[in-house]
Amino acid sequence: MSTGTPGRLLRTRRGPLLAGLAGGLLLAGFLAMSLGPTGIPPGRVVDVLAHGMVGAGQERAGDALIVLQVRLPRLVLGILVGAALATSGALMQGLFRNPLADPGLVGVSAGAALAAATTIVLGDALLAPWIGPLPFAALPIGAFVGGLLTTLGLYAVATRSGRTSIATMLLAGVAFGALAGALMGFLSYLSDDRQLRDLSFWSLGSLSGATWVKVAAVAPLVLPVLLASPFLARGLNALSLGEAEAFHLGVPVQRVKALAILLVAVAVGASVAAAGMIGFVGIVVPHVLRLAAGPDHRVLLPASALLGGTLLIGADTVARTLAAPAELPIGILTAAIGAPFFLWLLLRRPGGFSL
Amino acid sequence: MTFLTRRRLILATAVLLAPLPSRAAVPRRIVSIGGAVTEILYRLGHESEIVGVDTTSQYPAEALTTKPNVGYVRALGAEGILSLDPTLVIATEGAGPPDALRLVEQAGVPVIRVGDEPNQAGILRRIREVARAVEEGERGEALAREVEGGFARLAENRARVAQPVRALFVLSLQNGRPLVGGRGTTADAMLALAGAVNAASTLEGWKPLSDEGVIAAAPEAIVMMNRGPGGDAQDPFALPAFSATPAGGAHRLVVMDGLYLLGFGPRAPLAAQDLMVALHPDLPATRWSAQP
Repeated sequence: MSTGTPGRLLRTRRGPLLAGLAGGLLLAGFLAMSLGPTGIPPGRVVDVLAHGMVGAGQERAGDALIVLQVRLPRLVLGILVGAALATSGALMQGLFRNPLADPGLVGVSAGAALAAATTIVLGDALLAPWIGPLPFAALPIGAFVGGLLTTLGLYAVATRSGRTSIATMLLAGVAFGALAGALMGFLSYLSDDRQLRDLSFWSLGSLSGATWVKVAAVAPLVLPVLLASPFLARGLNALSLGEAEAFHLGVPVQRVKALAILLVAVAVGASVAAAGMIGFVGIVVPHVLRLAAGPDHRVLLPASALLGGTLLIGADTVARTLAAPAELPIGILTAAIGAPFFLWLLLRRPGGFSL
Repeated sequence: MTFLTRRRLILATAVLLAPLPSRAAVPRRIVSIGGAVTEILYRLGHESEIVGVDTTSQYPAEALTTKPNVGYVRALGAEGILSLDPTLVIATEGAGPPDALRLVEQAGVPVIRVGDEPNQAGILRRIREVARAVEEGERGEALAREVEGGFARLAENRARVAQPVRALFVLSLQNGRPLVGGRGTTADAMLALAGAVNAASTLEGWKPLSDEGVIAAAPEAIVMMNRGPGGDAQDPFALPAFSATPAGGAHRLVVMDGLYLLGFGPRAPLAAQDLMVALHPDLPATRWSAQP
């Protein structure tokens, strides 16, 4: 353990931190399952989880439905999306070596939002022949494909002679974000009243439409990303010294960059497609962990996944119960919970902030 | 021993003659989504059966103040609705998200969707659909006939409008940018019912209008919604573009309650009548109500 170095907190050991975060996630998960506007007692919740729909008994089948078909998929989706967003944030911050890097920088969020707007506004006219059998799936699939295509496009722009320039990607991402914003403005001009409201509610971000179908669609995309990201840890650690230094250390720099960008595109694309735009988790969670545990990506990446999932389901639980039976938008709550905590951590530090 | 012993015979008779469970055994608990739906339910006398409303259910005022609020019509939560233990959900077109309502249906609560076309036929259909959902066929027919009569009187008065006024419906004035109702909006339909001409008929849907567009539209009157019970609308004539129009010259601004004007519920013919009288003051007709 190192102490006394100006501006650095004690580095926590990896095991206890991850165990602590996992415990926090379990607790948040239990609270998420037990709390809700329907007021099912925790004992009943455990009973339903243990026996499933069949064993619930006829007279309280409604409880079983709430727990298994409404709350449980919401919990699982919340964990997946929260972990995806936070891990992507950590990957982006490591890749761009910039504390303000956010998963949206690679253009995924802008691309997904633009694709969603196109599907909502032009969907009936343009895509009718293809949408036919899956009208409800058109929007998430469109958003995901849009995010992925945008990222591939930006990657192609930034990669010359087999080398990806991170600075170029950053700038291209900013430029594309502006273009996407303009196109979305144009689409909202074309849209009618109903489409406009659909679009603004999609972009608000919410876990309220969580179903097992959505979970099944998101899990195969997010889980591989969560499992693969720790393999990039050493590479990202080396990259923080600089690209040339990392290369000379034997790190396959280009491969690390390409893989990181791909993982972020897939994870964030799936999250935005399933739950809309939920901000704040990707930026703040990795920073909070860096302040608590140092910049080592071997700790940071798995810890971000755990804390991201915890934050999101915690915010969702509050969103569902505070104004019951109405629901608050989750983006407001992730900020309301995350920002004060982050500010408090920053104020605790004696010196400046280092990546 | 025969199969048909005396004991079995008595038992069989008792079972066959047992009374069927009465239809009204379980009291109805309705979650009403949509301002017009709630209004119709109150008019049909079923307000005691309503256990939850959405944020657009603003008339009568006690709907929002006394009943639990399940949120905005397009951002409902399945568990929120189910927590009120409903036996029926009546939702206006466009309620969502669709997955949330599907989960409610999966829980065994029927969700009846009611259309929202902004015209006379649409309102009458809506009244009859809601009446059918609560098995109030007679009162539903009576209400529909009353509304039909209102539309007939409205049409008579409309025929007496000598000079239709060019009116511009301004939904909002955020940052000095007016959002106006073009063709195909509920505002357009209401202006037509009131015997006025929509000055923004070159636009389709709710669109922002530039300053030059406002002047080119040359409205003789501006119609806006007030910002809430007892609240005032923003003053459009503070903007130079509006004050340069004929409406600005005569300072003609009509402000009415939003749900009353655009909700297309049972009060729609009254709202149209009030709008018509406000826009055509020389018309020999009376306002239905003193409601702003």
